[in-house]
Amino acid sequence: MFAENRSLPIPMPGYFARRSASAKTGLHLLMASITSMFLLFFISYILRSQVSDWQALSEPWQPLGQTNQLWLNSAFLLVASIALECVRRELRKPELGNSREFLWLAGFATSGFLIGQLTFWNYLTSRGYYATSNPANAFFYLLTGLHGLHLMGGMVAWLIANTRLQRERRDPSEKGLCLATLSVELCALYWHFLLLVWVLLFALLSSSPGTYAAIAEFCGFGG
Amino acid sequence: MAYADDAEHEELHDPTSFWSRYIWSQDHKVIAVQYSLIAIGIGLVALVLSAMMRMQIGFPGSIDMDASEYYQAMTMHGMIMVIYLLTALFLGGFGNYLIPLMVGARDMVFPFVNMLSVWFYFVSVIVLVASFFVPGGPTGAGWTLYPPQAITAGTPGSEWGIILMLVSLIIFIVAATMGGLNYVTTVLQARTHGMTLFRMPLTVWGIFVATILALLAFPALFVSGVMMLLDQTIGTSFFMPDMLQFGIKTEHTGGSPILFQHLFWFFGHPEVYIVALPAFGLVSDLISVHARRSIFGYRMMVWAIVWIGGLSFIVWAHHMYVSGMNPYFGFFFAVTTLVIAVPTALKVYNWLLTLWRGNIHLTVPMLFSLAFIVTFLVGGLTGLFLGNVVVDIPLSDTYFVVAHFHMVMGVAPILVVFGAIYHWYPKVTGRMLHDGIGKLHFWITFLGTYLIYFPMHYLGIQGMPRRYYLSEDYQFIPQSAHSLNEFITVVAIVVGISQLLFIYNLIYSAFRGPPSGGNPWRACSLEWLTPDTPPKHGNWGPSLPVVHRWAYDYAVPGAELDYTPQTTPASEVPVHESDEDEVLPAN
Repeated sequence: MFAENRSLPIPMPGYFARRSASAKTGLHLLMASITSMFLLFFISYILRSQVSDWQALSEPWQPLGQTNQLWLNSAFLLVASIALECVRRELRKPELGNSREFLWLAGFATSGFLIGQLTFWNYLTSRGYYATSNPANAFFYLLTGLHGLHLMGGMVAWLIANTRLQRERRDPSEKGLCLATLSVELCALYWHFLLLVWVLLFALLSSSPGTYAAIAEFCGFGG
Repeated sequence: MAYADDAEHEELHDPTSFWSRYIWSQDHKVIAVQYSLIAIGIGLVALVLSAMMRMQIGFPGSIDMDASEYYQAMTMHGMIMVIYLLTALFLGGFGNYLIPLMVGARDMVFPFVNMLSVWFYFVSVIVLVASFFVPGGPTGAGWTLYPPQAITAGTPGSEWGIILMLVSLIIFIVAATMGGLNYVTTVLQARTHGMTLFRMPLTVWGIFVATILALLAFPALFVSGVMMLLDQTIGTSFFMPDMLQFGIKTEHTGGSPILFQHLFWFFGHPEVYIVALPAFGLVSDLISVHARRSIFGYRMMVWAIVWIGGLSFIVWAHHMYVSGMNPYFGFFFAVTTLVIAVPTALKVYNWLLTLWRGNIHLTVPMLFSLAFIVTFLVGGLTGLFLGNVVVDIPLSDTYFVVAHFHMVMGVAPILVVFGAIYHWYPKVTGRMLHDGIGKLHFWITFLGTYLIYFPMHYLGIQGMPRRYYLSEDYQFIPQSAHSLNEFITVVAIVVGISQLLFIYNLIYSAFRGPPSGGNPWRACSLEWLTPDTPPKHGNWGPSLPVVHRWAYDYAVPGAELDYTPQTTPASEVPVHESDEDEVLPAN
């Protein structure tokens, strides 16, 4: 259905540099847009937290009073991010080093993070913390859900990187190596970004109501 | 430009069938036409809706329209015009067609994503149109979709209509983001040899900065849309406060409608410039070409675009003066709003100074450009009124506001759209539009829109409220206002019908128009220098063009022609970069 690709003779390093620069610029712009979205969610969260019906999840007797599960999830995402960085470095080694193993580790760790987040959702609902029960709950589901969706989008890129890496192992070529490297570099950058977003998100969600009030006061819309 | 060397060897996605050439095309030019046709099509729907509203306002009861239908027409008209017509046409239409051609690229850098963008846009339009056919019809909440009213029973379309509107907007944002990544990256990474940022035509600058605004501002609409969707569907309370609905307490508690307003306008005001900045860029090029005069103050124009884009993010709450905000905030937003008039005025002065002593050709594109300047001036000046809190409060929710925003971001950008289509149509089709029909279309549109919107300022000052379905039997609305409304309605119908001239011209000239040749306007910028007209896939044949100068070398002293294309080497005609070496007209 789609047009066939017609590749002209390519001086690879130059072509790769161009494609790589374009892809990275595009990803940076996408991350800027996603940052804008999460920043606006964060501000909305702080503003909404100042209304009297807000029941913070971070009080000691509330679900986020115990954050062991979320710390474990964070560790999964951190491992995924480090593993992708390792893949990036391994690709420079002869025979591609242990790139395949690290890439699978990144995939498993990311899946672990997503499953961990779903587990915590399940824990919340089992204790009766539904999205409609309280705005704090709704924000928790919404923000962690959107973060997870972005990570799942990243998993599509991870699949492409994995496919390209497998192909490069089977049938090595300069072009194949360049494309695999580019995919991995983009994945690594995106995962680092989503790790940073998660760290900020985790900090926000698990902060005390006093912290929200202080931030709200600082922003000029304190209660 | 380091990458331009390799662009000559890049992968091309040559179409091999009708489907890959015209439907699932990855060619930026085809995608631009697809965007434009969809936008014009849905724009015509919005035009019909406005005609229906005008009939109700001018001649109440003359058509079968109840109050709910009136509000639904009003809402859909506003949203379609702002988002689905103007934004899509400027970025998806003109951006797609002109950016690669003007910067000397073979295509957008991510052609597949570009193709996805237009199809997501199409789906968003389909979802929007589907809301006309669901139980309760489309939302009638007004284009700002303010909660709680937007999702409260009693508001038309508060069940299915609003859901489809929000889903459609979310899909549109995905489409705009995919397109936007392409436009900005192409400008940054795919410029040809010698095409520095400060040699780019102002059209590219306008679309480039507007796209950056879109990438940063559309998330605000996304955030507010998602939260309202959840409030409506699963019963969260992000925006919905404690309230009674038909005397019964709803399940919502404590939500903040003002939060929605902040988010909406954090998107909404940059949106004004997402539409205006491309218009500024396009009209700058039209004026320069048709006045045979280098653009005055090129660098100033570029920085004004950037300045306006930056400021547009800190003025949003001037749309909320009557929401009960802290007076200090009102003062802050009034100041930033008035400051934005400075770079805007610079641009108007520079357009006038470009025309000054120019060899003005009153072609159809130039007529539309001149009309834009005066229309934008009127709309901009009334913006100064509304930017001041003390003036805005009595004028808020009156026809003065309707007049202002229709002049400044309705009529003015549409005039540029028309001018730009008359200007670039020969490149797209290889044929000229009919000049006589074009001039008739221009005069009816220009004079007609003035007759429609200028009197609305007086209606507003008289206190005539906007959004009223029926304005009879109110003591504070005099009979003269009703007479004026009748007059406006008659003119609006005439102007609306006259747009068929434009549609006819587009279709007729595509087959019967005189061949245009490659560069009918004798313009300097790259898009007119393609080896084929219309340009073939890949745009430039075997090798990319090499740029030696800016896009505005008109009437260079000593040059054989009154225009010097960007590809002319300095050895043939001296290079006069930007306004620092202002080029005087030959006469």
